[in-house]
Amino acid sequence: MTFIEARGLSKTYSPRGAGPVHALDGLDLVVPRGTVTALLGPNGAGKTTTVKVLTTLIRPDHGTATIDGIDVIAHPDRIRPIIGVSGQYAAVDENLTGFENLDMVGRLYHLGARQSRARARELISLFDLEEAQNRPVKGFSGGMRRRIDLAGALVTRPKVLFLDEPTTGLDPRSRLGMWDIITTLVGQGTTVLLTTQYLEEADRLADSISVIDDGKVIAEGTADELKASIGGQRVEINLVDPADAPVAFEILRRFGSSEPTGSLEGRELTVNAVDAPVALQSILAEFGARDIRLFDAGMRRPTLDDVFLKLTGHMATEEDQDQDHQGGKAGRAGRKKPGKESGKTATGADSGTNMANKDEVGAAS
Amino acid sequence: MTEASLAATDRSTARQPEFRQRNTAAAIGNWFSDGWITTRRNLIKIKRVPDILVFTTLQPIMFVLLFTYVYGGVVKIPGSNYTEFIMAGIFAQTVVFGSTYSGSAMAQDLKDGIIDRFRTLPMSPSAVLIGRTNGDLLINAISMAVMMTTGFIVGWRIRSSFLEAAAAVALLLLFAYAFSWVMAFIGMSVRSPEVINNVSFLVLFPLTFISNAFVPSNTLPTPLRIFAEFNPVSALVQAARELFGNVPPGSPVPDNWAQQNPVLTVLIGITALLLVFVPLAIRKFAQVSSR
Ligand SMILES: Nc1ncnc2c1ncn2[C@@H]1O[C@H](COP(=O)(O)OP(=O)(O)OP(=O)(O)O)[C@@H](O)[C@H]1O
Ligand SMILES: [Mg+2]
Repeated sequence: MTFIEARGLSKTYSPRGAGPVHALDGLDLVVPRGTVTALLGPNGAGKTTTVKVLTTLIRPDHGTATIDGIDVIAHPDRIRPIIGVSGQYAAVDENLTGFENLDMVGRLYHLGARQSRARARELISLFDLEEAQNRPVKGFSGGMRRRIDLAGALVTRPKVLFLDEPTTGLDPRSRLGMWDIITTLVGQGTTVLLTTQYLEEADRLADSISVIDDGKVIAEGTADELKASIGGQRVEINLVDPADAPVAFEILRRFGSSEPTGSLEGRELTVNAVDAPVALQSILAEFGARDIRLFDAGMRRPTLDDVFLKLTGHMATEEDQDQDHQGGKAGRAGRKKPGKESGKTATGADSGTNMANKDEVGAAS
Repeated sequence: MTEASLAATDRSTARQPEFRQRNTAAAIGNWFSDGWITTRRNLIKIKRVPDILVFTTLQPIMFVLLFTYVYGGVVKIPGSNYTEFIMAGIFAQTVVFGSTYSGSAMAQDLKDGIIDRFRTLPMSPSAVLIGRTNGDLLINAISMAVMMTTGFIVGWRIRSSFLEAAAAVALLLLFAYAFSWVMAFIGMSVRSPEVINNVSFLVLFPLTFISNAFVPSNTLPTPLRIFAEFNPVSALVQAARELFGNVPPGSPVPDNWAQQNPVLTVLIGITALLLVFVPLAIRKFAQVSSR
C-alpha cells in the first residue's frame, strides 16, 4: 500500500550570479507502507531536495506529495507529528548537551516532561553516547554529532523516517548499529526513505531503490532487478602483458554478450555473458591456445556500483567505451578485484571502510 | 549497541506520544510550552557562553564610567549634571544593541542547521522566535539592572516617582523587544552572523550617536540636528529622560511633535514595529531552510 507518493515534483533554484538550477525536474516516487526505499544518485542529483520537500522544509514549484494520504504541501502541520527526520547535516544545538538536545526535541513533539527525559536517556544508550550525554555538542566529534541528530529523528515513534545520508561519517560499528535500528523499526511497521552514498547500505537495507539523476528518477526496482537490468553476469580477465589486449578484446567479444570494456591500461577487460561459466571456459581455452598469460580471471555478478555508474553515466560514457578500450577512470576505481566479490563490493574510494564493515559482520554473527 | 538498548527502544517506541492538539485549550498550552522550551534553550546558551553575559554587564558599566568621568567634566548641562543627562542615552543605546543578538543568533541557527530540525517538528512556528526574543529581553533586563546600579554609584538620581521610573524601564525594554523582532527578521534574510554583527555596528552607532542620547540635540550642527530630532532613538531617550525626571530644567522644547510627545511616539513606534515584524518574521521562519 502506498504510503509516500510524490508526483511531478520540480524545484528550480536561481542562485545569484548563476543560471537556474533544476534541483528537481518532474520527480515521481512511491514508497509502500512499512518498506525501506533508498534514493541513490550522484552529488547534486536532487536527493536532499526531495527529502526537504517531503519533510515540509521547502515547497516545490510544481507537483504534489502525500504521506499517509495527507497533502504535504497543503498541510505541513499534519505531516510533522508523524515524521522523524535526520537531514544531511546534523541539526543540533551546539550549546546544549546531547541529552538536552534530545529532551528539547521530545518536548517540542509535546511529550510530557517525564516521558521526554526517559526517551532521551533511552536514545543516549541506544546510540552509545553515555560518555558524551552531559557535554555540550560543541565538543563532539562529527560522528557523535551525527548520532545525536539521528537519535533526534527517533524521539517519537514516527510513522515514517527520513534519513538523508544517515551513516555518512559514522564509524563501522555505529553504521552497523544504525542498520540494526532501521531494520528493527521497519520490523515494527515504520516506513523509511533514506539516501545514501554507500551502495552496500542500499543493498542491505532497501526493499526498493530509486536512482535519481538531474532531478528525475531514472530507474527503480529492487537491488536484484536493477542489477539484472544492466545485464547478467560478467567475465573479467587481467592480462600480464598489455600488448595482448587487442587479441584478448576480440576473444572476449566473441564469447561475451556485450561489447567488452577495459581499464587499467588495457590489462583488465570485462564482458557481459549470458552463461558466464561456459564463456569463461571458452575464453580461457582460447587464451591457452594463443599463449596469452593471465594474472587473474573470474566471473562476477554486477554490483550496485555497476548499476549506479552505468545509469548515471559517471563512468566512461558509451562513446568512450566504443572508441577507447581503456575505459574511464571511474570504471577503474570500481573494479579492482575481479572475480573475488559477488555483488557486495562498494565503490573503490569506500572499499576500505566497507571491508571493515564486513569484518564486523563476521565478528558479530 | 547492545541487545538490551535495542529492546529498550522496542518498548518505548511502542508507546505512542499523546498529541494534545485536539482542542484550542491544548493548542494554547502547546504554544506556551513551545515558547518556554525555546526560551529555556536560549537561557542555557547564556549560561554556557558566558562571554555574552560578561559583555552585557561590563560594556554598560564601562559606558557609564567613561561618559561620566571622561566627558562629565567638560560637557556642561545647565541646571543639571552630565551624569544625569546621559544615563537615559546609555540605557537606550545599550538595549538597542542588546536586541541585535536575535539577528546574529537566527543567522547562526540557520547556518548550524538547527532551524531545519525545528521546522520538521510539530511545534508552533512562532516558538523559536519567541524564545529568541525572550533571550534578548532577559539580557537587556540584566543590562538595565547593572547600568542602573552603576549609575546610582556614580551619582545618577531618579527624580520622578517609582511608577514613572518603572514605566521608563518598561518602555526601554519593550522598544528593544520590538527591535529584536526586526533583527530576527533581518537575521533570517541576511543569513550571515558576521554580516549582521558588522552591519548593525555600522548602522546603530551613528543612529545612537546622532541623537539626543549624549548631547542635547540643539547643540548639533543643523543637518545632524534635524536627523537627531526625527531619529526614533531620540524619542526613546527623550521619553526615558522625562520619565526618570532627568530632563535638565529650562531646556528648550524642540518644535516637533515626536519630541514633544516622546512617550506616545515610542508607544506608537513599538506597536508599529511589532505589528509589521512579528508576522513578517514568523512567515520568514516558515520558509527558511539551511543550505
Ligand atoms: N538553496 C539552494 N540554492 C541553490 N541551489 C541549490 C540549493 N539547494 C540545492 N541546490 C542545487 O540543487 C541541486 C540538487 O541539490 P541536492 O542537495 O538535492 O543534491 P543531492 O542529491 O542531495 O547531492 P549530494 O549527494 O551532494 O548531497 C544541486 O545542483 C544544488 O546545487
Ligand atoms: Mg544531499
